[in-house]
Amino acid sequence: MDAYRQYPIRLRINGEDRAFAVESTVTLLDLLRERAGLTGTKKGCDHGQCGACTVLLDGRRINACLTLAVMQNGHEVTTIEGLADGDTLHPLQQAFIDHDAFQCGYCTPGQICSAAGLVAEGQAKTVDDVRELMSGNVCRCGAYPQIAQAVCDVMEIEK
Amino acid sequence: MNPFDFQQPADVDAALAALAAPGARPIAGGTNLLDLIKEGVMKPSGLVDINPIAGLAAIAEDGTGLRLGALARNADTAYHPLVRERYPLLAAAILAGASPQLRNMATNGGNLLQRTRCVYFYDVGTPCNKRGPGTGCPAKAGLNRQLAILGTSPQCIATHPSDMCVALRALDATVHVRAANGERSIPFADFHRLPGDTPDVDSTLQPGELITHITLPDARRFAQRFEYVKVRDRLSYAFALVSVAAALDLAADGTVRAARIALGGVAHKPWRVEEAEELLTGRPAGETAFEQAAERILRGARGYGQNDFKIPLAKNAIVQALTNAVQKNELRGAPR
Repeated sequence: MDAYRQYPIRLRINGEDRAFAVESTVTLLDLLRERAGLTGTKKGCDHGQCGACTVLLDGRRINACLTLAVMQNGHEVTTIEGLADGDTLHPLQQAFIDHDAFQCGYCTPGQICSAAGLVAEGQAKTVDDVRELMSGNVCRCGAYPQIAQAVCDVMEIEK
Repeated sequence: MNPFDFQQPADVDAALAALAAPGARPIAGGTNLLDLIKEGVMKPSGLVDINPIAGLAAIAEDGTGLRLGALARNADTAYHPLVRERYPLLAAAILAGASPQLRNMATNGGNLLQRTRCVYFYDVGTPCNKRGPGTGCPAKAGLNRQLAILGTSPQCIATHPSDMCVALRALDATVHVRAANGERSIPFADFHRLPGDTPDVDSTLQPGELITHITLPDARRFAQRFEYVKVRDRLSYAFALVSVAAALDLAADGTVRAARIALGGVAHKPWRVEEAEELLTGRPAGETAFEQAAERILRGARGYGQNDFKIPLAKNAIVQALTNAVQKNELRGAPR
């Protein structure tokens, strides 16, 4: 085993094709933050328990801390930096502002990416569904009521 | 993380060849394995990424039943139309587990191979017979609130953490595996094992074997009256203290034609006592019969202090799950 072997990989990140050489042990989260210069995705627990590192992989929300970058060679990743359309915020970003859905802001990128995944999945019909399907994202400020409101607003779910 | 080699074989044969290397392990979703590698609990010398292998992610009809590919994601399985329609108990159990992010990544094969969440197993600074055979078990006299009350051994009181597997046990699933020298099928009851004197061995999967798919027999008669009760320390996103997968097939007069009951969170494997199900057969679906079945399922249960409460909790959860299963059909008004 060569501990320092580099694996060449290509990822499409926020619509841009990028090439990297990574050791086998580099997680997707660490690649985004340390090698791609995209620090919007946060490292919280690093064990899949808090959701701060949530990104969209091929359009689906995942914990970036629990997958290896080398496993995602050829795949497409969307981070919080890729959600806005130029200077126009993503509707979820705007809703989080409108509903005061963040305090310290650390969990916010993961919350918004998770909510984007939730909207795309189309399984939530009620505010209780939204709460349940946002349960992989922990906010220690306790902004949950506003977060649920923001997501419901974008999904036009009656609260 | 300790360094490891990485390979992406193109087919099952190439994967089996790569897995023959000492210390090599397959990785699929990785949601448990990578966590364990980060904690230093598992130290594979090589990871064999089976995700690119075509054909292992399909969910499709299989004769009268259903075939679930090992690489199908837990979320795709739970939301699959055939699973929702014919095996709603399985869908409910999967959706009771983990978080949406984890279910999007975790695979069906990997779900079966989850390791216990016993805190001593995870903490490499403590002894643990499962992680280091012969080192001891601090859990028996320690933090055992989450741990087993049935089928334990002096060496280990760990529980299997899966929700999905509890439903698969109730639904009589079969696990299909491949090795270099051929294929074999393992009835779900025989897949996970009790700790005994070798608690480091979780299942009967042999080194060099790869799970290819899981099959379910036709279980449509259990698709109307079912319930997955999961009791945990918070409402969502936590492992079960006790869980119950229950399904009933009732005659028009309310007597039980057949019952299925499996428990999670109580043993080293999903716990099912078919004798208890037979106790219900031919009797009115009601509290008296449900309590007797619960007593039978929990015969021989013992607590280790902090988890003593699980014995009455499990009894109540069984009765509740069966009661809910009966009422579920009334709520839906589904035709029979």
